[in-house]
Amino acid sequence: MNDFYLIYKNLTRKKLRLTLTVFSIFIAFTIFGAVSALKGSLDSGIEMSADNRLVTVNKINFTVSIPYAYVNKIRAMEGVKDVTHANWFGGYYQEPAVQIVSMAVDPTTYFDVYNELVVPDEQMQRWQSNQTGMLVGARLAKVYGWKVGDRVPISSNIFSQKTGGQTWDFTVDGIFDAEDAKVDTGYMVFHYKYFRETNSYGGDNVGWLVLTTTSSDLNEQVAKSIDEAFANSSAETETSTEKAFNKAFLEQIGNIGLIIFGVVFMAFFTILVVVGNTMVLAIRERTNEIAVLKTLGFTSARIFKMVLIESLLLAFIGGLLGLGAAKLIVAAMSDQLARFLPNIAVGTDVIIQALLYMALLGLITGIAPAINALRLNIVTAFSRG
Amino acid sequence: MTTEHLFDLQKVAKRFVKGKDSITIFDNLDLSINKGDFVAIMGPSGSGKTTLLNLLGGVDQPTEGEISFDGQRIDKLSENLLAKWRANNVGYIFQFYNLMPMLNAARNVELPLLLTNLSSSERKQSVATALELVGLADRAKHMPSELSGGQQQRVAIARAVVSDPKLLLCDEPTGDLDRATADEILKMLQLLNREFGKTIIMVTHDPSAAKYANRTLHLDKGKFVDRELAA
Ligand SMILES: Nc1ncnc2c1ncn2[C@@H]1O[C@H](COP(=O)(O)OP(=O)(O)OP(=O)(O)O)[C@@H](O)[C@H]1O
Ligand SMILES: [Mg+2]
Repeated sequence: MNDFYLIYKNLTRKKLRLTLTVFSIFIAFTIFGAVSALKGSLDSGIEMSADNRLVTVNKINFTVSIPYAYVNKIRAMEGVKDVTHANWFGGYYQEPAVQIVSMAVDPTTYFDVYNELVVPDEQMQRWQSNQTGMLVGARLAKVYGWKVGDRVPISSNIFSQKTGGQTWDFTVDGIFDAEDAKVDTGYMVFHYKYFRETNSYGGDNVGWLVLTTTSSDLNEQVAKSIDEAFANSSAETETSTEKAFNKAFLEQIGNIGLIIFGVVFMAFFTILVVVGNTMVLAIRERTNEIAVLKTLGFTSARIFKMVLIESLLLAFIGGLLGLGAAKLIVAAMSDQLARFLPNIAVGTDVIIQALLYMALLGLITGIAPAINALRLNIVTAFSRG
Repeated sequence: MTTEHLFDLQKVAKRFVKGKDSITIFDNLDLSINKGDFVAIMGPSGSGKTTLLNLLGGVDQPTEGEISFDGQRIDKLSENLLAKWRANNVGYIFQFYNLMPMLNAARNVELPLLLTNLSSSERKQSVATALELVGLADRAKHMPSELSGGQQQRVAIARAVVSDPKLLLCDEPTGDLDRATADEILKMLQLLNREFGKTIIMVTHDPSAAKYANRTLHLDKGKFVDRELAA
C-alpha cells in the first residue's frame, strides 16, 4: 500500500458519484474536443488562403453565377497575374448522402492559381487532354480507394444531363496533393467544357472566379477596379481577398467564434461548479478520516497533496475519455463533413489545450477542499464529529 | 537526558478562546507519569479528560507551561515536528475505532507504517504480527463494515501498536462495547502494558475499566482530586 492506493480508494469509494462526476467531465471534454476540431477546420481555411488570391462572386450572392466573358476581361486588367473559375457541381457518389465536393474548373489555369497543389506532370498532361477526366485530391482518393485509370460515375443533385439522367462518367487521370497537410485535398475537379456541353441547364456561366495579383499590395486596387468595371451591368460583382471571402462565408453560418466560446464556456462553467461542489462535499464527509490520518502523523502537506492528486485524477479520467470520444466522433463524421469542413480532426494543438484545461480543472476544483484538509484541526474535527 | 518519567507536565494551562470569551480548562496543572505505567483518567463530562489526552498526544498544545516527553520538550514543537513525533511515539485508540471504511483490516493496520522507511515486505510482516497479537490474523482481508465493534477495536489496537510506539493513548476505548467485549479489550491493553512495556493512558467513565489500570487520576473542573485513590 502507498499514498496512491489511498487516493485511489478514496476516489472510487462512491461508485455512483464517481460515475456521474466523470460523466459530466467526459461530456464537457467531448464538446470541447469536437467543437475545437470544428473551429480548427474553419480557421485552417482562412489560414491557408494565399495572400495575393482574390475571389470574385456575384454581388447578389455567391451562389448566383457570373457570365464566362468576365474571365478574359479580368485577365486583361492591370495587376492581375492568373485567373481561373469554378462551378459548384453538387456531386455525390452512388448515394445522395455520400457527397463528393466536386467542381467544374478550367484545366489550363486552375492549378496556376492554386499553386500549393501539386500534380505529377504526365498526369496533368493526360487530364488536360482528356475532357472526361478528373483530378482527385489525395484525401478524397484515399477515402474511396480511387486509383489513376479508375472509371468513376459521379451524380449531381443540382444538374442533369442533356441526354437525361444525373450521372456523369469520369476517369481518374491523376491525383493532386499538397505539401502542407492543412491544405484541403478532399475534393475533385473536372473540365468546365465537359460540364457546359453536357448539362441541360445551358449557358456559359461560371460560379465564381479566383485570381491572383502580381503583388498582395495591389489586392485592394485590383478588387476595386474589377467591381467598378462591372458596376451597373446585369451581373455586378463583389471581389474580396480569399481570406475575407472565407471569413464572410463562415459568418453566413453565424458568428462561429462566439458560439463556440459560449458552448465551451458553459460546459466548463457547469462542470467547474458540479465537480468543485462534489469535491468539497467528498472531503467534508471525510473530515473524521482526515483527522485520524493527521493524528497518526500524516503531515498536513501530505494530505493536501493527496486531495489535489485525487481531483486531478478525476479531471484527467473524465477529460481523457471525453477527448477520446471527441476523436472518435470527429473521425467518424469527417467524411460527411468534408464539403464544409475540410480536414476536420482533433489535432495536437487541441489535445495539448485540452490537457491544460484538465490540469486547470483538477487544480481549481481540488484547491479549496485541499486547503480545507490542510487546515483541518484535529481537536475541533473530533469534537464536531 | 533520560528520566524514569515518561511525561512531566509543569504549570500547564489550557484555555480556549471563543470570540471575546476565553474558557480555562486547566490552570497550573502539574503531572508526572512513569514509564511503563497504566494510568486511567476519570472524571465527569466536560472536566477536560480529552483535552488532557490531546495535550499528551501532541495533537493540541498548552496555552502555558511545559510538557516533557522522555526528557524532551514537546509543547513548542512545530506542527510538522509534532506529526513526526506522534508517528514515532504514540499509538491512538479511539472510542469509535476510527478505521478507514474503504481499507481492509490489514491495510488499516498498515497505515502508520506508511510514515516509516520500512520496505513493503517488512510492513507486511509487522502487520501480520500485530493482527496475530490481537487475535485477528484470519480477518486480515475483512472490511471494517464486516467486523463487530470489538473486532474493529482490536484492529484499531493493532494499528496503534504496529509501529511499536512507547505510548498508547486511549479515549474511552470500551465506551461503545458491551461488558464482555470491553473486558477482552482491557485485558489486551493490560497485556500490552505488562508484556510489552507500553505506557498506557486511558480515559474512561467506567470504574471497572479503571480497575485494569495501575493508577487512576480523577479529574474535576481541571484539577486532580483524590489522586491516588486506586493505588
Ligand atoms: N476546541 C474547543 N473549543 C472550545 N472549547 C472546547 C474545545 N474542546 C473542548 N472544549 C471545552 O473544554 C471542556 C473540556 O472538554 P473535554 O472534551 O476535554 O471534556 P471531557 O472530560 O473529555 O468530556 P467527555 O467525558 O464528555 O468526553 C468542555 O467544557 C468543552 O466544551
Ligand atoms: Mg472526552
